[in-house]
Amino acid sequence: MSDTAERVQKIVVEHLGVEADKVTQDASFIDDLGADSLDIVELVMAFEEEFGVEIPDDAAEKITTVGDATKYIEEHKG
Amino acid sequence: MSKLMAGKRGLIMGLANDKSLAWGIAQKLAEHGAELAFSYQGDALAKRVVPLAEQLGSNFCFDCDVSDMAALDRAFDTLKDRWETIDFVVHAIGFSDKNELRGKYVDTSLDNFIMTMNISAYSLVAVAQRAARMMKPLGEDGTGGGSIVTLSYYGAEKVVPHYNVMGVAKAALETSVKYLANDLGPDGIRVNALSAGPIKTLAASGIGDFRYILKWNELNSPLRRNVTIEDVGGAGLYLLSDLASGVTGEVHHVDAGYHLVGMKQEDAPDIALS
Repeated sequence: MSDTAERVQKIVVEHLGVEADKVTQDASFIDDLGADSLDIVELVMAFEEEFGVEIPDDAAEKITTVGDATKYIEEHKG
Repeated sequence: MSKLMAGKRGLIMGLANDKSLAWGIAQKLAEHGAELAFSYQGDALAKRVVPLAEQLGSNFCFDCDVSDMAALDRAFDTLKDRWETIDFVVHAIGFSDKNELRGKYVDTSLDNFIMTMNISAYSLVAVAQRAARMMKPLGEDGTGGGSIVTLSYYGAEKVVPHYNVMGVAKAALETSVKYLANDLGPDGIRVNALSAGPIKTLAASGIGDFRYILKWNELNSPLRRNVTIEDVGGAGLYLLSDLASGVTGEVHHVDAGYHLVGMKQEDAPDIALS
């Protein structure tokens, strides 16, 4: 797992209070990890803070899985 | 330091998470000995508010939809069942359709205008009516009364891009503060607003180009920084405690001084929308 993927996983585990082994790259925040819409906003804010990236609303709306988040961050972090 | 809120009880309405301005205020109040109750709207917020309340030693949390007058009555009944009186209320509530917090104010729909005004402005009036009835009568020795604080933003006074209908609602809120302060003043109840600078909260995530607003304030405010929820908490503690016993009807800026600036600072670089 890449460094980014590991840090993303750690944030998701801490925020949603789920087991690390459930936070696979394919896992959907809402369907598999029990997140609600406020969790998604909070996770996006946490990713922005951790990685210093900006995730605009239209991009955030397309992030539905852990892998989507990892990919977006890897492509946009400075 | 002596405890400014020892023996005082109050209700915090509208806490969302540990980034909330209401959290900054609640922490300072608890630190100074206040006993706190929390109201939230719906299960999604309940699961966030309950653990935060616990951190401050409170297990007194209940649902309250401020757009429903019967629900508000029930919430205040719940409060009264446990506490005979209260000393303060923090009103940290606002809502608008996110789709109208981008683009232009001229495109505001009637439905969203009414909803935004109802939840973000009228709710303070509805809360003040009920809270005032639970505050102690003013004694001859000056005890009794209470303090109500709400949260506003500079977009009430001047045009801030994308703040739109929320700016109009905050203007109504700030004017309500003055009228409520006048009506409730004879009962020793003070009503004030904190106009905080931009802070990245859950609520702010609904505002278009919010990062630009944050950056602009950081570069152009007299203190050359953005404010924190701790800054807001300190000012909230002041207004809710007896330190501000002679202060009512005020809109108090906690914005690193941004409200007094007339033009871009010379040392502020040009910034672009990202």
